[in-house]
Amino acid sequence: MKIQKVPGNNKKHKVFVYALSTCAWCKKTKQFLKDKDVEYEYVDVDLLSKEDLEKVKNEITSRGAPLQFPLIIIDDKVMITGFREDKINGALA
Amino acid sequence: MTSLEEVRRRAEADAESRGYKLNPDLSFLNDLLEGLKTNEERYGYPSCPCRYATGIFELDKDIICPCDYRDIDVEEFGACYCGLFVSKEVYEGKKKLQPVPERRPGKLIERALSGRITPEYPQEVKKEERITEVVGGMKLWYCKQCGYVVFREEPPYICPICKAKREFFAEIYLSVSAKG
Ligand code: SF4
Ligand SMILES: [Zn+2]
Repeated sequence: MKIQKVPGNNKKHKVFVYALSTCAWCKKTKQFLKDKDVEYEYVDVDLLSKEDLEKVKNEITSRGAPLQFPLIIIDDKVMITGFREDKINGALA
Repeated sequence: MTSLEEVRRRAEADAESRGYKLNPDLSFLNDLLEGLKTNEERYGYPSCPCRYATGIFELDKDIICPCDYRDIDVEEFGACYCGLFVSKEVYEGKKKLQPVPERRPGKLIERALSGRITPEYPQEVKKEERITEVVGGMKLWYCKQCGYVVFREEPPYICPICKAKREFFAEIYLSVSAKG
């Protein structure tokens, strides 16, 4: 699967973003993390192969999260759907 | 190929015809229009930039921009799910733009994200639709206020013509006698 890593000096948390390459809220989320110098990984779900898509769908649903983007997962436990600045900030504190 | 300006003009004209505005944040607006353009080039129709599309028309038709959920979302939240279309109040800053919850039914999203979907899938869907038609899943609905007619499983949230609420839609019963 094509997982992209964005380097940053803030490596305090493990941050993963399920995103769409066309989605403006996803772009805002990526930019927000970058501006905060947070290291994170992301995958653009709309660019995946069918097998990887099925995998991602199962990953997301097994976590009990809705199939909506962006989905931000912090330290494998905090899940935030949508670009919610204060929630992301809270989880990254 | 559709130019970004064409996509913008289309969105502007559509917003104007409904009394909406486009998102006042110009760089955000640009990203949304770029997303629509990409999807149009990729799938042949401008599906919602903030939702996963399959590229199979039958499965994406409710999320082709302007999507089926726009009018009710602008009415209720002052913006569509992506925030491309906003109400006048939001545009003028009289109302704060809130995150808009996804209104598209979960079962449609899940179906779209299923890796099992192949280019042959439309045939299966059509088969399914034929069956639901036979058992009465697809219905004809008309707007009691303006007479607008649609053929789908559920009546629209809002009449796209006169903006009457869902309650204004009534089912049309047909009796068909097939010959030969
Ligand atoms: S949510 Fe907005 S941008 Fe997305 S398809 Fe609906 S109307 Fe278009
Ligand atoms: Zn009507």
